[in-house]
Amino acid sequence: MVDDAQFTSYYGRPIIKPPVWKSPDVPLYLFLGGMAGSSSILAAVADVTGRPSLTRTARYTAGGGAIASVVFLIHDLGRPERFLHMLRVFKPTSPLSVGSYILAPFGAAAGATAAVELLGWFPRLKRFGGVVSALFGGPLATYTAVLLANTAVPSWHAAHDELPFVFGGSAMAAGGGVTMLFTPVAEAGPSRRTAVAGAAIELAVMHRVESGHGIVSEPYHEGRPGTLLRIAKGCTAAGAALTVVAGRRRAGAVVAGVLLAAGSLLTRFGVFEAGLVSARDPKYTVVPQRERLAAKEAAEQAAKQNGHAPTVTR
Amino acid sequence: MTSISSASAAFTGHDPENRLYGPVPDVTGQAGYDTDHPARVGFFTDTSVCIGCKACEVACKEWNTLPMDDSHGVRDVIGLSGMSYDNTGQLGANSWRHVAFIEQSRTVDLPTPTFGRPGDDRGGQGPSVAEGQNDESLARAQQSGVLNAEALSEFDPQTGQTGSDKQIRWLMSSDVCKHCTHAGCLDVCPTGALFRTEFGTVVVQGDICNGCGYCVPACPYGVIDQRKDDGRVFKCTMCYDRLTDGLQPACATACPTQSIQFGNLDELQARADARLATLKGQGVETARLYGRDEDDGVGGAGAFFLLLDEPEVYGLPPDPVVTTRDLPSMWRSAAAGAAMIAGVVLSAFVGRRPR
Repeated sequence: MVDDAQFTSYYGRPIIKPPVWKSPDVPLYLFLGGMAGSSSILAAVADVTGRPSLTRTARYTAGGGAIASVVFLIHDLGRPERFLHMLRVFKPTSPLSVGSYILAPFGAAAGATAAVELLGWFPRLKRFGGVVSALFGGPLATYTAVLLANTAVPSWHAAHDELPFVFGGSAMAAGGGVTMLFTPVAEAGPSRRTAVAGAAIELAVMHRVESGHGIVSEPYHEGRPGTLLRIAKGCTAAGAALTVVAGRRRAGAVVAGVLLAAGSLLTRFGVFEAGLVSARDPKYTVVPQRERLAAKEAAEQAAKQNGHAPTVTR
Repeated sequence: MTSISSASAAFTGHDPENRLYGPVPDVTGQAGYDTDHPARVGFFTDTSVCIGCKACEVACKEWNTLPMDDSHGVRDVIGLSGMSYDNTGQLGANSWRHVAFIEQSRTVDLPTPTFGRPGDDRGGQGPSVAEGQNDESLARAQQSGVLNAEALSEFDPQTGQTGSDKQIRWLMSSDVCKHCTHAGCLDVCPTGALFRTEFGTVVVQGDICNGCGYCVPACPYGVIDQRKDDGRVFKCTMCYDRLTDGLQPACATACPTQSIQFGNLDELQARADARLATLKGQGVETARLYGRDEDDGVGGAGAFFLLLDEPEVYGLPPDPVVTTRDLPSMWRSAAAGAAMIAGVVLSAFVGRRPR
């Protein structure tokens, strides 16, 4: 554990501004985007390998998730009527800009595929739409991690190399879980294997986020986000275990699918809220920056004593 | 025709080096302006002469017609912060200048306003009437303790000496948007509403902003914020409208002590270096420049400061780093994560066939 750190602040006020993103909207967007993304890949491969029920379920999941996530994303804007302004520039330095160019084609392709699936029209166009959405599915599931990490929010930014894998694993657990829920068990084998692998990745990488970053890991296991993430872990682990044990039975698949989806959803809420906590307390901004300055100074001192130029420049 | 990019320098390709962090000699040119663009302008805020009058805050509110808010950024509420002389509290959508006010009990090395009798702050450089009169110094320390609970807690009645080398000082500093060389807000804005002006400053275009709010947590200084009932974000423009008419920003014009100095950035930097040398020569050991170093995490700031204590005392981050510095690494992780999903799903179909 990290000791209570000594630090100075301006009347305990936060240094950075906490995100103004609304709470059910953005975590739900993260969850739905992940679920839709992994489902679209499941749908495309299931289509090619001749699993019609899994194809249909995964296409509905991908299309429904895509459309709902677009609604949540637009609703979160301060000026929702201006959402098309997202598409007037393309900026690789803005994860939200890149994300808009992932979500727009994904939403169009996955939504259209699900619609024609429902109506039973244009079978060949359906396959094409499924493949297009699958191409954007993976990026849709992981770019949202960059969206959070590319901020000054200490607990998000510090975990910037792990969060994409957490979100990727969480997306597979959700997509696999939800498609498993609505597909006959005989065809749902790929869903089960995807869900179990995703859950394992989510749990393993999340453990590194929670323990590997010193003081800024604190919000991940304390307070409300800590509670959310503990429940998330329980759901994900139980869901994965139940999938392995009873995933081939209908009842087992239903319970396991619900647990996996709940675990993924709570992980997104937990990560989101941990970031808010770390933004509101100046401790998480000041202490790591002080440590960085001290380390830099120590490196310069050591280099001076060794009589050569410092190799650490920042 | 010049193409002014609202994309960050990382995308314009004018400068293959230092696109995401590090020093940039011509940040305006890097943003796509022709070589005859105006010089980069900035603020040098010398807090050693700030008297905390808040004329800058008032001038800013007046000129930019900013709505009122309380110290927590709540609109249409008048409220006292209850913590100090500072009732503005923070920079935000409706406060583009914020005068921080800090009362400290500590060793005084600067002739700032102090409680105590004249001559006490000479610190051994000359005869002081307080010397050798423990009764009086004790009384004075107790008196200062009434004004500051911290002073009382540090006062040790066993020695009675605390009051003679510790005094109360007031720190005042007018905070503002830093107009960073590598501006996180500008980098992450997905609509191009935030852009680099021909003066090298960073400004929000109100008719473009769609209120996505990404710039708010991206700013390492916590400057830019969303106006809740409006939905869009707002911050200091360095009075872009006044600059285009050859005027100085309102705050610098109103400042009665020249604590806020406006000018070409290179001239301000030279002036700040000279001022720091003067203060150091006068024995003000704690004086330091903040945001002046072009090798810092934001490539140097367009608005920089002379502070008399650690930055976090004023509510400033001690070592801010533009968040996009680590973005290439994040994109690599995201790409690897996306490939991982595709790989896992594909391999989930390998093996036993359903029929």
